[in-house]
Amino acid sequence: MLEIKNIHAKVGEKEILKGVNLTINDGEIHALMGTNGAGKSTLSNVIVGNPNYEVTEGSITFNGQDLLAMSPEERAHAGIFMSFQAPIEIPGVSMTNFMRAAVNARREALGREPLKSTDFLKLMREKRKLVEIDQKLMNRSVNEGFSGGERKRNEIFQMAMLEPTFCILDETDSGLDVDALRIVAEGFNKLRTQETSAIVITHYQRLLDYIRPDFVHVLIDGRIVKTGTAGLALQIEEQGFDWIKEELA
Amino acid sequence: MTSEQQYIELYREASDLIKGKSCAVMNAVRDEAFEAFVSSGFPTRKNERYKYTDVDAAFAPNYGISLSPLTVKPSTYIYNIKEAPIDVTPYYHQVADKTDAITALNTALVHDALLVHVPRNQRVEDPIVVDNWLRGTAATMMNRRILIVMEQGADATVIINDHATDKQRFLTTQVIEVYCHDNARLDLYEIEETTPLCSRFSNVYIQEGRDCSVKHNSITLFNGQTRNLCDVYLRGENSEVTLNGCAIGGGNQRIDNNTLIRHEVPDCTSNELYKYVVDDKAVGAFAGKILVEKDAQKTTSQETNANLCASSDARMYTQPMLEIYADDVKCAHGSTVGVMDESALFYMRQRGIPEAEARTLLKNAFMGQVIDQIQLEPLRQKLYVKVEKRFRGELDKCEDCHLCK
Repeated sequence: MLEIKNIHAKVGEKEILKGVNLTINDGEIHALMGTNGAGKSTLSNVIVGNPNYEVTEGSITFNGQDLLAMSPEERAHAGIFMSFQAPIEIPGVSMTNFMRAAVNARREALGREPLKSTDFLKLMREKRKLVEIDQKLMNRSVNEGFSGGERKRNEIFQMAMLEPTFCILDETDSGLDVDALRIVAEGFNKLRTQETSAIVITHYQRLLDYIRPDFVHVLIDGRIVKTGTAGLALQIEEQGFDWIKEELA
Repeated sequence: MTSEQQYIELYREASDLIKGKSCAVMNAVRDEAFEAFVSSGFPTRKNERYKYTDVDAAFAPNYGISLSPLTVKPSTYIYNIKEAPIDVTPYYHQVADKTDAITALNTALVHDALLVHVPRNQRVEDPIVVDNWLRGTAATMMNRRILIVMEQGADATVIINDHATDKQRFLTTQVIEVYCHDNARLDLYEIEETTPLCSRFSNVYIQEGRDCSVKHNSITLFNGQTRNLCDVYLRGENSEVTLNGCAIGGGNQRIDNNTLIRHEVPDCTSNELYKYVVDDKAVGAFAGKILVEKDAQKTTSQETNANLCASSDARMYTQPMLEIYADDVKCAHGSTVGVMDESALFYMRQRGIPEAEARTLLKNAFMGQVIDQIQLEPLRQKLYVKVEKRFRGELDKCEDCHLCK
């Protein structure tokens, strides 16, 4: 599904990614762990095409398409979704209007008719239940006045609405209490199909108790330095990253 | 020849003709206004209140002056001043600033005027609508005069729409004088939807007695060059005024709003919110002064000007001013000029919303705050649609106007 080859990227003048290689097949969950500043969020932003990040070398293909040649919206239409680490507030744009624009833009890109208003509201209602998000938040401006937990739930709600095939959960667990974490993680699991793949970025094992990774990668200083299975995350939870750094040295 | 010279000559040649088509109350102040214009000439940019508009350039082209009679559709409350049901002498050219050159020129050249008169304790349910249509086969100067008299306890909503036929140049001067007697309430909307070939110079003067409430909404949806002035005189206690403005500029459009709220007596409230979105090479300017005189204790005033520059070539000038001579007041003023929120744009694009659509949504959201405050429900809904169309580039002519269909 996603093939990342030798990606180098910088923010401003600073090189953050120094040659990342990663292949993700249909239906696989890859956890990405690493110290702060290692480049986890940079990698996510490069995949979704954030214009603040510049790719200087390497390639990314998504289902055979050259991802780096596509605009952020084209990538979204192709089925890529990112749950933001810090979701953005958009004053004056209601959640309902925001979602309607997003859902219909994707439908248009796929050559489908826009959803009828009644069908759209029905879809909203169904998907809201999945992440237990309050109706009253839908009349508010996007993320404005939302609590930390509500923002994260709102990300998964948007994912539910857009039905992506490839998801990036960028620290979706941080700042969540145990109940909210369960709701968010179970919401994600319910939305997954056989084909859905994901990169899950986290500092903590507890999210991975709910979303079981097929692979765990450790990113240090802009490179993936270690890859393992779910057990690696447990080991990192107990011992931190120092032992990996020592192995490298 | 400087551009005022052609108007001076015009007046010397045509004043008898104008007077013949006009009426006594208007003719009584005409020569005096002309003399004021001759001695002042057009204001230069050194004049603080005309800092952002080149008046001389706007008046330089040779326009034919329109002297066609004002047609007033027969309706209650609206009159041709010649058929006024009251003596308008105490109102005509009274609150207007006699030192302002545009007002002076308008007073000298205008031959006909419209009167909106709402009698004592009369509550007018339906809005009073005045449609101005600019039309003509040659470049034309229009001088427009409107007098609004709200008797004690009167209550009304007045909507003034400006439309223009495309493909023709128009220069408009307008003077509106509003008199609110005690306990009167007025919602006044001015909506400009003209063309890039139109220049508009509008001066609005509002006087409030005690316990009055006036809301003035100035909405510039589409234009060429616009310079709006609005002066408010709070002359009775316990009155309030709200000045709201929505200005959308694109192309080479220019929108300059200049306001003054004078608190002359205690216990009055003023609120002002002007928002601009300027795109392409448009230029916006806002200068608003709140003046609180020595005796105007317990004044409450809030002035806000917020602006969005949607392109790097667009320009915005903002000048909020507060001048306070009383010592027991609550006043605040502020302004912001910002660019499009890049992180919000990216967030929307990640969700699949195309960039152009995301920009439209953000501009629309920014302007929504002013439209939200419009109390007249059908007008508010209509303006939501119009503002959105404007941002989508679909509103490039005055669509409601039968001339343009």
